[in-house]
Amino acid sequence: MFSWLHIAMPPAPALFAQLLVGLINGSFYALLSLGLAIIFGLLNIINFAHGAQYMMGAFCAWFLLDWWGIGYWPALVIAPFAVGAVGIAIERLLLRRLAGLDHLYGLLLTFGLALVIEGLFRQRYGSSGLPYTIPAELIGGKNLGFMFLPVYRGWVVVFSLTVCLATWFVIERTRLGALLRAATENATLVQAFGIDVPRLVTLTYGAGVALAALAGVLAAPIYQVSPLMGANIIIVVFAVVVIGGMGSILGAIVSGFALGLIEGLTKVFYPEASNTIIFVIMALVLLVKPAGLFGRAA
Amino acid sequence: MSRRAGLWWSIALIALALAAPFLFYPVFVMRALCLALFACAFDLLLGYVGLLSFGHAAFYGGAAYVTAHCVKVWGFPPELGIVAGAAAAALLGSVFGWLAIRRQGIYFAMITLALAQMVAFFALQAPFTGGEDGIQAVPRGRLLGLIDLNHPLAMYYFVLAMFVVGFAIVRRAVNSPFGQVITAIRENEPRAVSLGYRAERYKLLAFVLSAALAGLAGATKCLVLQFAALSDVDWTTSGEVVLMTLVGGVGTPLGPVVGAFVIVTMENYLAQAGSWVTVIEGLIFIVCVLTFRRGIVGVIAPCLTGRAAAPPAPEPSPP
Amino acid sequence: MNGRFAAVLPAALLAAALLVAGGAGAQSPDAVRIGVLADMSSLYADLGGPGSTVAVQMAVDDFGGSVLGKKIEVVSADHQNKPDVASSIARQWFDEKGVQMITDLTTSSVALAVQEVARADNKVILVNGAASSDLTGKACAPTSVHWTYDTVSLANGTGAAVVKAGGDSWFFITADYAFGHALERDTTAVVEANGGKVLGAVNVPLNTADFSSFLLQAQQSKAKIIGLANAGGDAINSIKQAAEFGIVAGGQKLAGLLVFVSDVHSLGLQTAQGLQLTEAFYWDQDDKTRAWSKRFFDKTHKEPTMVQAGNYSATMHYLEAVKAAGSLDSAAVIKELKSKPIDDFIIRNGHIHDDGSLVHDMYLYEVKKPTESTAEWDLYKLIATIPGDQAFKRPRGNECPAVKG
Repeated sequence: MFSWLHIAMPPAPALFAQLLVGLINGSFYALLSLGLAIIFGLLNIINFAHGAQYMMGAFCAWFLLDWWGIGYWPALVIAPFAVGAVGIAIERLLLRRLAGLDHLYGLLLTFGLALVIEGLFRQRYGSSGLPYTIPAELIGGKNLGFMFLPVYRGWVVVFSLTVCLATWFVIERTRLGALLRAATENATLVQAFGIDVPRLVTLTYGAGVALAALAGVLAAPIYQVSPLMGANIIIVVFAVVVIGGMGSILGAIVSGFALGLIEGLTKVFYPEASNTIIFVIMALVLLVKPAGLFGRAA
Repeated sequence: MSRRAGLWWSIALIALALAAPFLFYPVFVMRALCLALFACAFDLLLGYVGLLSFGHAAFYGGAAYVTAHCVKVWGFPPELGIVAGAAAAALLGSVFGWLAIRRQGIYFAMITLALAQMVAFFALQAPFTGGEDGIQAVPRGRLLGLIDLNHPLAMYYFVLAMFVVGFAIVRRAVNSPFGQVITAIRENEPRAVSLGYRAERYKLLAFVLSAALAGLAGATKCLVLQFAALSDVDWTTSGEVVLMTLVGGVGTPLGPVVGAFVIVTMENYLAQAGSWVTVIEGLIFIVCVLTFRRGIVGVIAPCLTGRAAAPPAPEPSPP
Repeated sequence: MNGRFAAVLPAALLAAALLVAGGAGAQSPDAVRIGVLADMSSLYADLGGPGSTVAVQMAVDDFGGSVLGKKIEVVSADHQNKPDVASSIARQWFDEKGVQMITDLTTSSVALAVQEVARADNKVILVNGAASSDLTGKACAPTSVHWTYDTVSLANGTGAAVVKAGGDSWFFITADYAFGHALERDTTAVVEANGGKVLGAVNVPLNTADFSSFLLQAQQSKAKIIGLANAGGDAINSIKQAAEFGIVAGGQKLAGLLVFVSDVHSLGLQTAQGLQLTEAFYWDQDDKTRAWSKRFFDKTHKEPTMVQAGNYSATMHYLEAVKAAGSLDSAAVIKELKSKPIDDFIIRNGHIHDDGSLVHDMYLYEVKKPTESTAEWDLYKLIATIPGDQAFKRPRGNECPAVKG
């Protein structure tokens, strides 16, 4: 009655299923690294707290449901704004003080922040996590012939691709995006044109954090909502951004999806290495193309 | 006056180091000394070459594995085991260094991280490392066939000697002409190159030295605690050494040592506090970055030694 | 600043160090200290962690708070799942803080490291949290007891029962860590001994978030049973995603080899229903377990896991053995423990073997359907009781020198 009967015919359909699964993971990587890339592009800060902020997004969805009975769909909008607001506060109170310093300090500060946030959540909610179910509209799956695709996973790919493309469009094709890019190149000059650059910076950080939170809400029904969920993924996402080229929006999206695929294939052929493959690729890319696949030469 | 204060401080510190096993729990001090040497080795790169390595756990943990295997399986005496560990770390360091030193800043950090992750993967998969259980029950053995290291005091003074040797090597390297050149490269690489220094060669040498000393620390730790485990090569260990160095003071002679002792003491006394340890560590990180980027030693030492104005402690400079 | 002051400060530092050291050494000499060394903050904090300290303190209070005329004190610490942290804490406890016995010890690498310290110092450890049967196998030590469960008993419990119920073809999703491999190895032996066969296995790195790829491979294998040789967050995520991918709806069954009641509670019945698993203790077994668990619940707002309950049992028996032996000497206490059956409301029909394994009854449970459950923690129904001799029988004999020859 189910599709895996066909999968027995090796290997093409089975491989196809694995690639599709890889693509789904890739969409999480893309969404997360997108936020990281935006923040690096404008603030020159490597946001190590990104994983913690992703975790906060998932927790926010859980709070909304558990405390006020607010479901998945509103959470998809509310959580990014709520966590984004926290991000804005972080930028205003802490990160701003590091302006002009080496970007290693930003990395260290956000590393500390991640420790604090994750420690507090662990203290309050333990480590095994909290359940969050798939919204009723997206329960079930579709038989694609070569695999059983849960509807929710399909939604994740479509939604995340849409968000990625929309973000890319805003940054590359609109006036706001042009301002952002200009401010990255020469903040003083843009300021001279009467643009409030510090405010632009704050809002950008908030937006990047909101993207992380959005990924968190998307992840909540698939993975357990747990204080540790961000710590496990941050270093991979980091690698994705570096491979794509620090600060390159397109690079983050493309390498996010590509690495999802490569990781998917690794899970078939050498599953033990599926967490390490990404670092092998990062080392290779950096040795051949120092600024990453889509980055401009330093 | 300041010289006299410095002398007093040196006497007090030496006295403290010699008396420590009678005052504090020896294993605790030994572990802290190993981590202090690890931090000094790391700071040689960060503080004087201006390179932030995020993969130093590979040398520290890699050497621990090599020493553990040599001593436990092949029956090496402890001194030879440590030499083997440090040599393996130096070898690994020359490979890492050769690949990484052509990059700077965040890219350098990322390449070292990536390579260290591969070492961690190897440590998990290789048949001789015992998976995540590590190599347990490593014998301490007899030093030079004479001194039984199972005696806590013998072990302590041996570790102290290792630390002093490592620390002296770092100080010697930094204050030598070699040290002058690497600092010059950090300050202005093109100028140093134009003066005829082959920057890459100097950087590589510093990297290998740093790796070997990190290996010495890891190998010694392996004998102190009598095992090598996966957490030694984990990237969080690389993060911890950054924390120690930053807290103590980047590019100051005693900074990494003070930082290591502060962090180890904290971990020890806060061990009952559970998750609060991470929260407190995180807060210290934030406070350090925001308020005193020169670390405890960088900020406090000038007051204590009575120097009116401390020479500006170098911050890791932008690439 | 003048010269005199320059000398005063270093001297003050020395004096302060002396004071600190003196203060640290000032312990009241006539107290019996029990150490709870657990994962207080990370992956396994919910199955042991602070709850273990609560359970040990309950045992001390129930015992009367003193033994051999000395006050009993409970100390606890977080080993962060790092063997180096654990082993230095254990050493300091034994050497300096007068700790007589250490319990909990979640995570195999930690337990193995501490076992070596205990062996060298000739001190008692009672392991409740770690799974690896190596603790009583090739690494066995004369003064340690593996109290609550091990990989062998989990494999015998779940493996044998599932094969007998018709689940004769298996595919493993294994955590690529020693305890995962030990679970897979021990379960494979049990499955094959019962006439089943293993069709394949996939090794998954620890802390993987997404299991869909591995679940698809398990689907393709067409094995009737998918054995989950993983723990903590990995087990939770693989069970959750198996439900999403319609594994159970498609006719395959999951067998959780190291799943705790805290994991099932956190997953929810909707996702976990039908899962079969082996435990040494469940709070809702009878009136005694319910009464004790209620007291535990009042303190922690959670029902106890088998690890936490095991800590209570271990501490209680330890103190009774100290009392009976009239001494804190490790060998005497262990001799006393081994001389009597271990039988309380937590550990039933037990006795300690020479290799240090506590052989006792284990239970095979199935997770209830949401419709069958009447309360938040009403999670399991009992399928079978596995007598100790069957549950702890090693499929391949034991490498422990104490019993081998």
